[in-house]
Amino acid sequence: MTLLPVLPIIIPLAGAVLCMLFRKSLMLQKALAVATSFMMLLTAVCLMAHTARGTIAVMNVGSWQAPFGITLAVDMLSSVMLVLAGLLAVAVSVYSCFDLDGPRIKFGFFPLMLILLMGVNGAFVTGDLFNLYVWFEVLLTASFILLALGGERPQLEGSIKYVALNLLSSALFLAGIGILYGMAGTLNMAELANVVKDGERGGLVTMVAVMFMMAFGIKAGMFPLYFWLPASYPTPPAAVSALFSGLLTKVGVYSLIRVFTLIFTNDPEFLHGLILAGAGLTMLSGVLAAAAQYEMRKILAVHIVSQIGYIVMGLGLFTPLALAGTVIYLAHNIIVKTNLFLVAGAVHRLKGTYDLHKLGGLYKERPGLSILFIISAMSLAGVPPLSGFFAKLTLIIAGLRAESWLIVAVALGVSLLTLYSMTKIWAYVFWKPAPAPLPDLDPMAPGKWAAFLLPMVGFTVLTIAIGVFAGPVFDYAQQAAGQLMDPQGYIDAVLGGAK
Amino acid sequence: MEAVLAIVIGVLYGGGLYLMMRRNLIQLIIGLGLLSHGANLLIFTAGGLRKGGAPILDEATNTYASAPADPLPQALILTAIVISFAVTAFALVLFLRTYQTCGTDDVDELKGTDT
Repeated sequence: MTLLPVLPIIIPLAGAVLCMLFRKSLMLQKALAVATSFMMLLTAVCLMAHTARGTIAVMNVGSWQAPFGITLAVDMLSSVMLVLAGLLAVAVSVYSCFDLDGPRIKFGFFPLMLILLMGVNGAFVTGDLFNLYVWFEVLLTASFILLALGGERPQLEGSIKYVALNLLSSALFLAGIGILYGMAGTLNMAELANVVKDGERGGLVTMVAVMFMMAFGIKAGMFPLYFWLPASYPTPPAAVSALFSGLLTKVGVYSLIRVFTLIFTNDPEFLHGLILAGAGLTMLSGVLAAAAQYEMRKILAVHIVSQIGYIVMGLGLFTPLALAGTVIYLAHNIIVKTNLFLVAGAVHRLKGTYDLHKLGGLYKERPGLSILFIISAMSLAGVPPLSGFFAKLTLIIAGLRAESWLIVAVALGVSLLTLYSMTKIWAYVFWKPAPAPLPDLDPMAPGKWAAFLLPMVGFTVLTIAIGVFAGPVFDYAQQAAGQLMDPQGYIDAVLGGAK
Repeated sequence: MEAVLAIVIGVLYGGGLYLMMRRNLIQLIIGLGLLSHGANLLIFTAGGLRKGGAPILDEATNTYASAPADPLPQALILTAIVISFAVTAFALVLFLRTYQTCGTDDVDELKGTDT
């Protein structure tokens, strides 16, 4: 049991190494990647079961006692993120077995994907700020290569913006770590929480907190720091886009939640107020930018930004109910957003374009795919009884209770505009008759087509299931939020010595 | 000493950000390099500039031979240097490929994916 927290890091690493060893065999790499993803999901579920009753799984790497060594600590938020990462890994690895071209696999798509997942998992389990920086760099480096892999012109152009801005954010993060270390003499998050709590240097802490907000805000895609995102996410193959949109921005959001509930709670009126203002502007600017787009994947990419606004809104409100909303929204968004990107990839695979003007008539040709799309799209917009409805409902009730009328109004308005964008895709791509008949580029055999759709079917079932079983999900989210709002349990678990 | 280093860090940050805002890809990468040097020096300075011995306990007396210096900032910086080395190497290759594919090193002409 004590080794459990480190498994989410070791399993993808082992998978990546094995994939590298069998570089020549496409079949073996595919099998390994899928098997590794399933194992990741399995350990994540074990961890979730282990932490479900509020215990925090702690492991001191190399048996160096906290706060001197690196501590891994998994609470309920971490374990739910690990499960989601596992689900996404399974879906994307199955999907890319069918969708990805041979050369990309030969040049190391699967090892890179697994390394990326290792970085993501590492960021979710670590309890040390510098270690978090290292995991960020691991996942960033893998994502740089995944984004540029293939070397097409749009990919390279997108990569430059992605690389430059993310490195800037890393430099900010590193500088923040340096100042914090100089001030507190430790980088263990639990110890930092103690130092900040009874520290006098309020002003300096607030300044460092804003540096962290900038650094994670760039990575999460918050207003006004998100401009790299729509420029880069729609350029790589659909499998990579889906992986990035589901996970990478969410790591930034997770880190924001972690540091702003555990460490920087010294001045919530200013800091969390700033986050709330950023959340509102993020929602609004993302959804307005999407309204102007006529390219299926671009619309979805810009919508990531607007959805990040909702997730961060819960953190900005900083009440237990709002954080519960954030947890549900994170789960809902990862599932639905990834699914929409996968469906967009399937459309592209059939018709060879993402252009709304050129596409059409897909409902007649592929009713199954269309239904998968419309369910996820409606869930994103927040139509009951799907997952998005309950996520938004929780956040809006929390906003009303906190009497933050403006943010509630923005959230409701943005929800309507989301519905507009989603129906736009539906009407143009699936409903209207095809402007000029586009032949199927790649007519798969029905059996293969069904297997190709399997990940999307799974995610669609999940978004319905979260809606139907909203009660238990809400209970879990509320418990997770309770842990976040009262970090003493986390601090005691980490510093009280690991068993 | 802190004052001197503070000025050096400021110059590195200023220069780095200035170069990042230029239009040339090579200047962008030099800017990123300067920025990460600035961050490393910042950790070094913030971690406390003290002359001291190695933090190794004397086995017989269980005390330090001389007042030790904090070894952790150096370990952090070493890690950060290695990471920034790898990332810079990658960025150089990426920029070279971009130059070969797009035929330009002017950031203003690489706007195909912006709108």
